Amino acid sequence: MSTESSNNEIYGILAEVRNPKELIDIARTVNKNGYKKYDTFSPFPIHGIDKAMSLQKSKLGWIVLGHGLLGFAGALAMIYFMMVYDYPLNISGKSLMNIPAWIPVTFELTILLSAFGAVFGMFFLNGLPRLNHPLFTSDNFKKATNDGFFICIEADDPQFEPDKVRNLLTEAGATQIEEIRDDS
Amino acid sequence: MSKTYEYVPEPALVKGNHDFSSINSLITDINLRPTPKGWYIAFGLSNLLLFVLLFSIGYLIWEGTGIWGLNQPVGWGWAIINFVWWVGIGHAGTLISAILFLFRQDWRTAINRFAEAMTIFAVMCAGIFPAIHVGRIWVIYWVFPVPNSMAMWPNFNSPLLWDVFAVSTYFTVSLLFWYVGLVPDFATLRDRIKSKMGKMIYGVAALGWRGSNRHWWNYEKAYMILAGLATPLVLSVHTIVSFDFAVSIIPGWHTTIFPPYFVAGAVFSGFAMVLTLMIICRKIYKLEDIMTVDHIEKMNLIILVTGSMVGFAYLMEFFIAWYGQVEYEKAIFILRATGPYAWAYWIMITCNVLSPQFFWSKKLRRNVAFTFFISIVVNIGMWFERFVITVTSLSTDYLPSSWGYFSPTIWDVLTYVGTFGLFFTFFLLFLRFMPMVAVAEIKGAMPQADPHNYDPETGDYSPQEIEIPEPNKESV
Repeated sequence: MSTESSNNEIYGILAEVRNPKELIDIARTVNKNGYKKYDTFSPFPIHGIDKAMSLQKSKLGWIVLGHGLLGFAGALAMIYFMMVYDYPLNISGKSLMNIPAWIPVTFELTILLSAFGAVFGMFFLNGLPRLNHPLFTSDNFKKATNDGFFICIEADDPQFEPDKVRNLLTEAGATQIEEIRDDS
Repeated sequence: MSKTYEYVPEPALVKGNHDFSSINSLITDINLRPTPKGWYIAFGLSNLLLFVLLFSIGYLIWEGTGIWGLNQPVGWGWAIINFVWWVGIGHAGTLISAILFLFRQDWRTAINRFAEAMTIFAVMCAGIFPAIHVGRIWVIYWVFPVPNSMAMWPNFNSPLLWDVFAVSTYFTVSLLFWYVGLVPDFATLRDRIKSKMGKMIYGVAALGWRGSNRHWWNYEKAYMILAGLATPLVLSVHTIVSFDFAVSIIPGWHTTIFPPYFVAGAVFSGFAMVLTLMIICRKIYKLEDIMTVDHIEKMNLIILVTGSMVGFAYLMEFFIAWYGQVEYEKAIFILRATGPYAWAYWIMITCNVLSPQFFWSKKLRRNVAFTFFISIVVNIGMWFERFVITVTSLSTDYLPSSWGYFSPTIWDVLTYVGTFGLFFTFFLLFLRFMPMVAVAEIKGAMPQADPHNYDPETGDYSPQEIEIPEPNKESV
């Protein structure tokens, strides 16, 4: 550990593995050892890593459902207000509550609000946008968007002890182990 | 002795001996290299056409819609034709990105980014026409439910208003879908680009994406939900576009076959447009390893299917006109095939019904030059389909004394040609500054991405050996 940077708080320990299979294996090992605050990084989503990391089911579906219902109810309420309550238009004596003709707009607004929920909900759950992050201080980490597979055990983890973590990662076959410091 | 059934593996999606890193450079180097000269020439030409568009629109707003060839009874001319044509083209992008995703068609990864960009720019071109054809464009906000000085609201019982909601929702959702797909690739560019300015711009666009698998977990869910939302959306958009016609009582328009027939036609023309653009780009940018002949063949199959559906719809229209025994309906269909616009009708039949039938032959399906030719023919045919529907029905409607012939003016032509300027200006900017293939997705579809393709002991890459039956060997 270098002394000049020791006044910065340690964020975590980052290590690299060679391929998706090793990433799943090391994630499983770290998970089995009881670590909670850790994350794996890969250029694309890896099939089966959710089980290795014991990830909970994403809550996004509920967010989208809520938005979709809001779009549906909001559209019907809006059309009702405009066509029946605020400015009723008598078009050749047809019923003012012309619900079949309202279906297209209601449908479109349901889809629109659901899509907003899906996209913004996803970024919200992921804590993005967050333009700066301690991991970006690592030069090696640039490979995470190219062909690198990384695992990082964070210092926030109650079990975190730098030497133990290093040993665990080395034994699991990881290379390029480095300490990430929070320089913000 | 010999087995009757054998496992026939799918052809490899990425040809050549690529790993993640080489795919990464193959695609993103295009954005990092200095701008090629040819790009400037193409961009200049597109800009020229864009100015033609802006000038035509300016003159239209100054003078009014009288500068177009509209008359009585043909009150809907090229504006609606071009609108439907461009929106239809856009549909292929959503089909590729959403419907093929839900069907787990991994080959879509090579072309989805590309096709989605095409969708967005095509919908922009389409949106111009309904906006400018209203005449008084300065009160275009009346189509939206915003309070105005008349204290009136738009009529929610009108298909034209449904169209406003359908197309604007479609544009917004397509844009979001496209952007979600782009975020990981912007991160790739951020990490590769050298210039400080580029790092900033791509960094902001990437929103701080760092490839975390906790993020991917939500991301994949979002992507699947968006695909699930975009699928009914894309079907609804062209359905509602067809309602613009079908809900009226004009002969030849008032038919229930319109929604499915319009959607099939939209996919048909959109795939042709994707092929046109893709065949040029794979050549110029040397992406033959990613956009392979197998992709072209698969797309040609979809063109064959949808083209035949469109042909079936033409037949069905005739049948129903006869079977329904409505005099006006019968008359309009006979007039279409034999009347003053018979030339347009037979161009449509030749381009849309006959030309895709060549793709029954495997040899022609895999012929790049021939595919390019047919892809252009199909789009000409689909333009004429909308021309035939719009103009023939209006020019010869119920009252023979008011029949008239429609001819476009130079302003109709210039506005239409100008939209290509808008389209290609944006498309060239996209090619220059954004990864034209979904890098993260294509990596995920490679055999190296599957953890099962690694040796459990040593952890080295060792794909499962599959015995390929002799007759299929060459296709893999």
